[in-house]
Amino acid sequence: MLTASCCYTDRRRGQLAALSIAAVVIIVGVPLWWRTTETYRAWLPVNQINELANLQLQLSADVEVVFARGTVTPEQQKKVPTQVVISLCLFCSSPLEADLSLHTLSESPCGSLVVYVIPESSTLLPEDVDVYIGQRRTALLRIGAQMRVGRTLEQLLAHLEPRIKQVLQVMSFSHTDITAALSDRVRLSPGNKESIADSMRAFKSSPGYEITFSLLNPDPKSHRVHWDIEGAVQTYIQPLLTKLAPLANFSIDSQTLYYAMLGVNPRYDSSRSAYTLNSDSLAHVINPVEARLGSNAASSNPVLNFLLYVPDAHHSPLHIHDHKKQEVLSNAFHSPRWGGIMVYNVNGFYGPEAVFPVDININMAKVMGVFLAQLRLLLGVQSSAPPPGFLVAPCSSTGLADWELDRLMWSRTVENVATATTTITSLAQLLDQIGNIVINDNIAQQVSSAVTSLQLAVAELEAGNLGFALQYSKEAILASERAFFDPSLLHLLYFPDDQKFAIYIPLFLPMCVPILLSLLKIVSEARQKRRERQAKKD
Amino acid sequence: MAEQKFSLSVCVCVCVCVCVCMCVCVWAVRAMMCGCGRDDFQEELVIRPLHSGDIYASFQFRTVWETDFMRGNKVSHYRLFPKSLGQVISKFSVRELHISFTQGYWRTMQWGQPFQPSPPGAELWVWFQDSVTDVDGTWKELTNVLSGIFCASLNFIDSTNTVQPSASFKPLGIGNETDHRFLRYATLPREIVCTENLTPWKKLLPCGSKAGLAVLLKSEKLFHSSFHSQAVHIRPVCQDWQCKTTSWELRQTLNVVFDLHNSAQGKREWSLFKMFSRTLTEACPLASSSKIYIDITDNPQGEQFEVSPATPLLSQAVVLGDRRTFSVYDLTQQITFGTVRSLNLLIRWKSSDMLRPLLHAERYVAGYGLQTGEIHTLMYNNHPYRSFPVLLLDSVPWYLRLYIHTLTVTSKGKDNKPSYIHYQPSKDRLRPHLLEMLVQLPPNSVTEVTVQFERALLKWTEYTPDPNHGFYVGSSVISSLVPSIVAMDTNSTRERPLFSSFFPCKEESSYFVRVYTEPLLVNLPTPDFSMPYNVICLTCTVVAVGYGSLYNLLTRSFQIEEPSPGLAKRIANIIRKMRGVPPL
Repeated sequence: MLTASCCYTDRRRGQLAALSIAAVVIIVGVPLWWRTTETYRAWLPVNQINELANLQLQLSADVEVVFARGTVTPEQQKKVPTQVVISLCLFCSSPLEADLSLHTLSESPCGSLVVYVIPESSTLLPEDVDVYIGQRRTALLRIGAQMRVGRTLEQLLAHLEPRIKQVLQVMSFSHTDITAALSDRVRLSPGNKESIADSMRAFKSSPGYEITFSLLNPDPKSHRVHWDIEGAVQTYIQPLLTKLAPLANFSIDSQTLYYAMLGVNPRYDSSRSAYTLNSDSLAHVINPVEARLGSNAASSNPVLNFLLYVPDAHHSPLHIHDHKKQEVLSNAFHSPRWGGIMVYNVNGFYGPEAVFPVDININMAKVMGVFLAQLRLLLGVQSSAPPPGFLVAPCSSTGLADWELDRLMWSRTVENVATATTTITSLAQLLDQIGNIVINDNIAQQVSSAVTSLQLAVAELEAGNLGFALQYSKEAILASERAFFDPSLLHLLYFPDDQKFAIYIPLFLPMCVPILLSLLKIVSEARQKRRERQAKKD
Repeated sequence: MAEQKFSLSVCVCVCVCVCVCMCVCVWAVRAMMCGCGRDDFQEELVIRPLHSGDIYASFQFRTVWETDFMRGNKVSHYRLFPKSLGQVISKFSVRELHISFTQGYWRTMQWGQPFQPSPPGAELWVWFQDSVTDVDGTWKELTNVLSGIFCASLNFIDSTNTVQPSASFKPLGIGNETDHRFLRYATLPREIVCTENLTPWKKLLPCGSKAGLAVLLKSEKLFHSSFHSQAVHIRPVCQDWQCKTTSWELRQTLNVVFDLHNSAQGKREWSLFKMFSRTLTEACPLASSSKIYIDITDNPQGEQFEVSPATPLLSQAVVLGDRRTFSVYDLTQQITFGTVRSLNLLIRWKSSDMLRPLLHAERYVAGYGLQTGEIHTLMYNNHPYRSFPVLLLDSVPWYLRLYIHTLTVTSKGKDNKPSYIHYQPSKDRLRPHLLEMLVQLPPNSVTEVTVQFERALLKWTEYTPDPNHGFYVGSSVISSLVPSIVAMDTNSTRERPLFSSFFPCKEESSYFVRVYTEPLLVNLPTPDFSMPYNVICLTCTVVAVGYGSLYNLLTRSFQIEEPSPGLAKRIANIIRKMRGVPPL
C-alpha cells in the first residue's frame, strides 16, 4: 500500500514536472527565440499606400474669362460679379500685339488660363478664325452673333462653355494627354496606333536629362570637320532649356568621335548617283555607334543623344529614304527615347582638285534646326493640330510658348505621380511578400516622405496649383526611388529557410521530442483514467 | 560745385561699370575660348631589345588639351580628349590621376629600368583639388566610377587598403600642392588584368584601334607575354616654358615584354608581325607626331643585332640617367612604309651582355609557422662610389600586425639609421599600416629592412573565397633621385620623345626612379569553414544530452523491480508447469 501511494505521488510529480517544463518552453523559450531571430522591420504607412493604389486623380485649372467692351449688354454687365469688363486695346492691328499687351496687363500663374471674349465685329482676328491662342497663357475668343441681345448672363456663359472647354484642351490638358502620360502604368485599350507611338516617343519623366551632341567622323583622313557647337548650343538650344528649367535640370556636352561607323552598309542607287539608307535598315544603324558613345560617368540621368554623321568620302552623298522610297528632306531621323541622327553630306566641298583632308565647317543653323525639332519631340512638347477655327501664334524666340510648357507640366506631373505611386505600392507589396527583408528606419522615412509628397501633389493638382504639384511630384519620385533601390533591402534576402532549419534542428529536435512524448503520455493516461472511472461507475 | 562733384562721381561710376563690364566680357570670351582650346595628340612606340633576349615594347599616347578643369567654368565640349575621363575630372575635382593595371612582375635585374614603373595588380593614386571637402567620400565614389570605366574591380578599394603617403608620391604635374590630405594611394595586388581592361583603355584613344600604332594592340598577343602593364596618367602641365597657362595632359601608356622562349620559340629574331601579328600601314591621321624608336645604344656598329628596314634617322635622348641612341621611324612620312605600303620591323640578335641597374629592390617573407613572421626588404645600390637617399613606402594590411619596435635597417653589417620615419599604425578593419622612411644607401651595398609581424585571426566572413591561396600584401615603393652619369634635361616643355618626359626633372645631376618590389603572398591561419555548423551541432548535442538526462530525472519515477529469475529456474518452472506442479 505504501509503495503504491509512493509510486502514485512520484508519477504525479513527474507529470507536473513535464507540464511545467513544457509551459516554460512555450511561455519563455519560444518568444525569446522569436525575438532574438526576428528581422528588424520598421513601421510603414501601409494603409495610406493601399489608398494610393486606387488613386483618383482630379485635375483642375483656373480659367479666367474676360469680356471686352461690346460683348455684354449693360443689364448683363450688372450681374457680372466683379467688374472685369475692360476695353480691349483699340489700336492693336494684329492679334500678336494684342496678346503681348494683354500679357503686360496681368501676369497669370502657371497652369491658369485667361480667355478674352471679343465682340463679333472686331477686326482683330482674320475672317475665318474664331479662337486665337497666344504665346503666353491667353486666348482670344470671338463671340457668336446670336448672343448679342436679350439673353441672360447664364445663357451667355452656357453658350461659351463648349468653346472654352476646347480652348482648355488645346492649352492645358486633354484626355489623350493624360492617358498618354499614364500609358506606362495603365493598360490601355488597344486603340489608335499612332497615339500609342506618339506616347512612346517622348522620354520618361526624370529629374534631369543629359543632352549629348556627337559629331561622327568615320573618315578623318578625308575630312577635317569643324563645328562651333558651343556657339550653336548658346544660340539655339539654351533658350529652350532655360524655359524648360522648372521641369528638369539639363546638362549639355558634346564630343567628336572618329572612325565611328554606322551599323549598315548603304546601298548605291545608280539612278540618283547617291548612296541610300532605307527606312527599314535605320533600326540597325545605332547599335555599333552606341558602344562608342559612352555612358555618362558622372550621373545616372537619361541621356538624349544627337548624332551628326558625316559620311566617309567613298559613301557620299548619303540620303535617307522613307517608306515611299522618297528622299527625306531633313536627311535625319529620330529613335524614340534615345535621340536623333542627322546625316550631313559634305561632297559639295570637295571641288575639282581637292587636297585631302578637306577642311569643312558645318552649317550649325541647319543642323540645330533639325536637332531642335527632334529635341521638342523627344521631350514630349506635342504640337497636335488645333481644331478648325483655331489660330495658334507663331513660335517665339525661345521656341516654346508658355501654355506649351504648362501642357508639358500637366502631363509630367501626372506621370510623376503615377510612377511614384507604382514604385511605392510595388515596394510595399514586395516587403509584404518577402518577410526576410530588413526595413531600416531610413527606408521607412523615405517611404513616408514619398507618401506625404504624393498626397500633397495630388492635393495641389486638385487645387490647380501646377507649379507646386510638379515640385511635390518630383520629390515623391526621388524619395520613392531612393527607398526602392536602397542596398540595405538586399542584405538578408538570400538567407534561405532550409538552411535556417538545418541550424535549428540539432537543438529543437532533442528538446521537443521528450516534451511531446511526455505530453502525449499524460493525455493518454488521463483518458485511460477517465475510462476506468466510468467503468467503475457502471 | 557740389553739382559738379556729383556729376564727376557719376562719371567715375560709369567708367568703373564699363571697366567691369569689359573685364567680364573678356573673361567670358576667355572662358569660351577655353572650352574649345587647341588639343594635340601624339603617339609613340619604343622598342628596346633586352639583354636576356626578350624584347620590350612601350607604347605612349599623349593628348594635351589647352583647357582648365580647375576653375569654375564647366568644360563640356570634347574633341580629342575622351569625354568620360573629362567628366570624371570635373565632377570629382581631380588634380592628378594615375592608374595602372599590370600583369606580371618587372624583373629589374634582368631587364633594367622600365620607362614607366608599375606594381603588379592595380595601382591608383589621385591628388584632389584643395576645394574638395570630403576627400574620403569623393575617393570612394571616384573608385566606383573608375571601376566602371575600366571594367576592373577598383570598387574593392576602401579604407582598409588606402593610405596617404607623406613623401613618396609628389604631384607629377605643375602645382606645388604638398598637403597630403588631398592624396590617396591604393593598390590591389590581387587584380588580374585581361582583355576586358584593354578594350575600354583602347576606346579612350581618338583613333581607337582603327589606325595608327594602336592597330598593333591585339589582346591575344599582348596577354601572351611575360609582362603587361597599361596605365592612364592625367595631370596639368605647362603650356610653354613661362608656365603662365596650364594644359591638361592625358598619357596612356602600355608596356609589354615578349618572352624569348615563349613568343619567339627561342630564336633571337623579332618582327612587328611576330610580336603583334600585325604590321603598320599608316599613322593615326589625328596625331601630330607618330614615331617608332628602336634603342640601338648597345649596338653602335650593328655588331649585336641588325634592324631592317634601316633608317637614316637617329635620335639621342637622355632617359633614366643614360644617353641612349635610337633609330627613328616617322610614320607620318609616307616613305617610311616603302613600296609595299606596310612597315614590319625586323630585329635579329647576334650576342648580348648585361648592364646592372643602379637601384633595384626585392622583398620576401621569412619565418615559419602561422603565428609570426618577418618581412625582409633588400635595396641594392650598385653605384660604385656614390651613395644616395631613397624613400621607402610600405603599406601593409591590418591583418599583419607589425611590431614596429623590431624594425631594423642594416647596410654592410652596420646599423643604418633612417633620417625620416613616418609611421601610421593600423586600425583593425579600418586602415592599413603605413611606413615611410628615408634611408641613405651607401655605395655598392645591400640595405636590408626587416620588421616582424604577427598574423591576426580574421572573422570567418572576412576570408576570401580561396583563403588557402594566401593574402596579398602590395609592393613596397622605392622612390629615389639616382645620380646620373650624363646631364639631364630640365626644360619640361621642349620637344622630346614622350618616353623621356614622363617624370619631371628638376636638376641636371640626378634623375627620378621609382622601383616596385614584388607583392607578398602571406598565409594566414585558416579555419575549417564548416566549423560554425559543427560548433552549432556540437553545442546543441551537449545541451540536448544535458537537458535529456535532467528531463528524465525530473519526470520519471523510479522503483525497485524484482530481478528476473535465472535461465535454469525458468526452464525448471516450464517443466514444472507441464507436470502440473506449482512453480518455484
